[in-house]
Amino acid sequence: MPRPGLVLDVDSSTPPIVFHHGEGFALEKLPAGRSRVIYPPEPLEGLKDVDASIRHALEHPLGDSQPLSTLLFSGMKLTICFDDISLPLPPMKKPDVRQRVIEAVLDTAAAAGVDDVEIIAALALHRRMTEDELRHAVGDRVYDAFAPSGKLYNHDAEDPDGMLEIGTTEHGELVEINKRAATSDLIVYVNINLVSMDGGWKSTATGLSGYRSLRHHHNVHTMQHSTSFMDRHRSELHHSNWRMGKVLRDGGVKIFQIETTVNNDTFGTHALDTATPLSMLQKREWEWTAKDRASFLAMQSGLKRMPARAKRAVFQSWKAPYAVTSVQAGEVEAVHEQTLQNTFAQHLVPVEGQTDVLTMGLPYICPYNVNSVMNPILVMCLGLGYFFNMYRGKPLVRQGGVLIMRHPTPWEFHPVHHPSYIDFFEQVLADTTDPVEIEQKYEQSFAEDEWYRHLYRTSYAYHGVHPFYMWYWGSHALQHLGKVVIVGGDPKAVRRLGFSPASTMADALEIASDVVGPQPTITHLHNPPLVMADVT
Amino acid sequence: MSVLDRLGVELPDPRRKLRQLTFPLTAPTTPRGVEPLPVEKKTGADYDTEWARTFRARWARTVLLEAVLRPTAAVVARPERKGLDRLEDLRQGERAQPVIFCANHHSHVDTPVVLTSLPEPWRYQVFVGAAADYFFRTRVTGAAAALLLNAIPIERATVTRRSADLAAQLIGEGWSMLIFPEGGRSPDGWGQDFRGGAAYLARRTGAPVVPIHLAGTDRILPKGAKKLKPGPTTVTFGDPLRAEEGEDTRRLAARIEAAVAALADEHTSDWYQARTRAHAGKTPGLGGPEVASWRRAWALGDRAQRKRRKPAWPPR
Repeated sequence: MPRPGLVLDVDSSTPPIVFHHGEGFALEKLPAGRSRVIYPPEPLEGLKDVDASIRHALEHPLGDSQPLSTLLFSGMKLTICFDDISLPLPPMKKPDVRQRVIEAVLDTAAAAGVDDVEIIAALALHRRMTEDELRHAVGDRVYDAFAPSGKLYNHDAEDPDGMLEIGTTEHGELVEINKRAATSDLIVYVNINLVSMDGGWKSTATGLSGYRSLRHHHNVHTMQHSTSFMDRHRSELHHSNWRMGKVLRDGGVKIFQIETTVNNDTFGTHALDTATPLSMLQKREWEWTAKDRASFLAMQSGLKRMPARAKRAVFQSWKAPYAVTSVQAGEVEAVHEQTLQNTFAQHLVPVEGQTDVLTMGLPYICPYNVNSVMNPILVMCLGLGYFFNMYRGKPLVRQGGVLIMRHPTPWEFHPVHHPSYIDFFEQVLADTTDPVEIEQKYEQSFAEDEWYRHLYRTSYAYHGVHPFYMWYWGSHALQHLGKVVIVGGDPKAVRRLGFSPASTMADALEIASDVVGPQPTITHLHNPPLVMADVT
Repeated sequence: MSVLDRLGVELPDPRRKLRQLTFPLTAPTTPRGVEPLPVEKKTGADYDTEWARTFRARWARTVLLEAVLRPTAAVVARPERKGLDRLEDLRQGERAQPVIFCANHHSHVDTPVVLTSLPEPWRYQVFVGAAADYFFRTRVTGAAAALLLNAIPIERATVTRRSADLAAQLIGEGWSMLIFPEGGRSPDGWGQDFRGGAAYLARRTGAPVVPIHLAGTDRILPKGAKKLKPGPTTVTFGDPLRAEEGEDTRRLAARIEAAVAALADEHTSDWYQARTRAHAGKTPGLGGPEVASWRRAWALGDRAQRKRRKPAWPPR
């Protein structure tokens, strides 16, 4: 029976705590008497028979949807869309749950004699997925059956003939999505819901849309009013997507939503028979055995001697042994409400009160650097965007508090994946780090830049406007926090982000005390694996 | 005239000398009117293979598999393995659920190709059901099959109690089984009807059946050929099948055959087309068209895997 999450009050007997530190780890001793650590619940057990659960979900849909088999008929136009490379993190071991679901959907379509099927990676303005990445997501069988004839492909939000305007919300937000999907008799959307932000109307209204639609909710105002964007009912980002979903529904776009949740078994767990050499990272530190400690020391020693490129290659090749914990299908909103309950069951930990200082270790991966480089902008996005927002109720840190993150933050970019990030870092951040000013002054020129557009469409580059969205993602945290300190980062890169560099955690706490006063209370968001605080 | 003849030297004839030997140097003859003792058969279905599952034999087999069979199969058959992800749900942590692998059978190359294609941990915990009247005809061939392939003798004509008991016992002990339900190699490149042995064992033991389709081995060493002709092969693993409540052996055997036929269809077309035909009941059978032999041979050429190489020009 997996144990629930835990808030540990640190005392003098508490062992040092593991922090992610990019492609490595660090052990930090937190001050006793005024620190607490939020430990995630242990990984939930997976479904006994995933394929049977998928088939059951398809034939017993939620909400007012009909079973999938009755929605499919010979001669129809079917489009299957699926979440792109940004989910899950790290990528899961084969077979990916998207493959299992898509195969089940296609098998049902085959039984109904559906010939006109297209499969689209719903990546919005993310980079295109490579053949290997697509094969990993959908499996070789589906890839070989559809990709050679051009029936499995990446969404192209800049294709002038490939997008269709559906309408406008009551708030004046333009809704435009992939034309093939919009003109299909049925869209089947296949999600992996790693965290509560994923899924719902965001799948279609964001994943299949383009800049003209996205700018209505991927902006500073929306993000500052999403408290947090992991809490769908208090997220302006989701409210906007839900309004767009209504336009889609009223516009006759028929969607059969399939959402799947996975547990937080990132590095393997003995109790679930998924143990790996890194399983100690899933454990609470005081429960490490002699073997765990020896493995950790050996790993640290090895990582210290490895060149950065080799370390990146090793970590990026990691495939998590996630287990599928639920599958639900049917009408979008009914499905998503059920999904939220299942993601919260894995991630939520009740926490009382806010803190002066929030600490976190940032890993080597975020949604936008799979098989790529974690550049400084993505460090900011992961820390201030994703991890800061892993709360429901109130932020873990008080207004004006300090956020201390651990990450090497190298001044390094992937030239193919992140070309506009380089210019954003060199030009925009050199001028200002204020999200509002950045949005007003620079966004449009990057978004409409022909060269970035060309790279997005034909190479493997994120769209020109994407680094702006990364910055907006952290705008709620920037508005809320008094200071951000990065421990162990490249000082030049950290300063360019507008943050304070520190070489040790003790230095960082010293810097923090200038803002929040001496002897501040500290809360550490323990990661790995993923955790979300329910703050009252 | 040889030198020895010119010299008048006569060498002893060893055959003549052997014939001259008598009891106790030769076996005794049975007196007339006495009932001879029954001969204890140690070949065919009676060959005892227990020694081949001892620790030493397993160790030797692992070395032979990895050091001899794998490189040989890689050079001769260049196998491409597909559908291994379908076995993931049969894993129980680091252990593996015992399963019955059922493959179509074209050639003597099939067994090494499948054995070297099985993922761990099945690869080292599998035995092969081999024809008792062929592989275990003599003690030498039986010993070789038992050591190299961990083969056990199976009667082709019918599942005898001895064969079935041994196979069921081994599956119960955690071994997986590789069996070719056609009972022998294809005589003309097309498949033959599946026999009920695998289905019977699946029903008896509750072990899932994993259908396997082999393509290309018929071109490397077809039945009757004496020379290897290296070429590419494809090994496609299918979804595990389980005996359903109340399902008899014949129906399960038919399902296994249909699953292998669907994998063959998947190999020659693509997965979605194969599924569409399977649902419509139009999967081409393994047996090929029922026409004159030359037309069957002609039709074999149509089974080649569809090539989908992207044209180099124009760029897309």
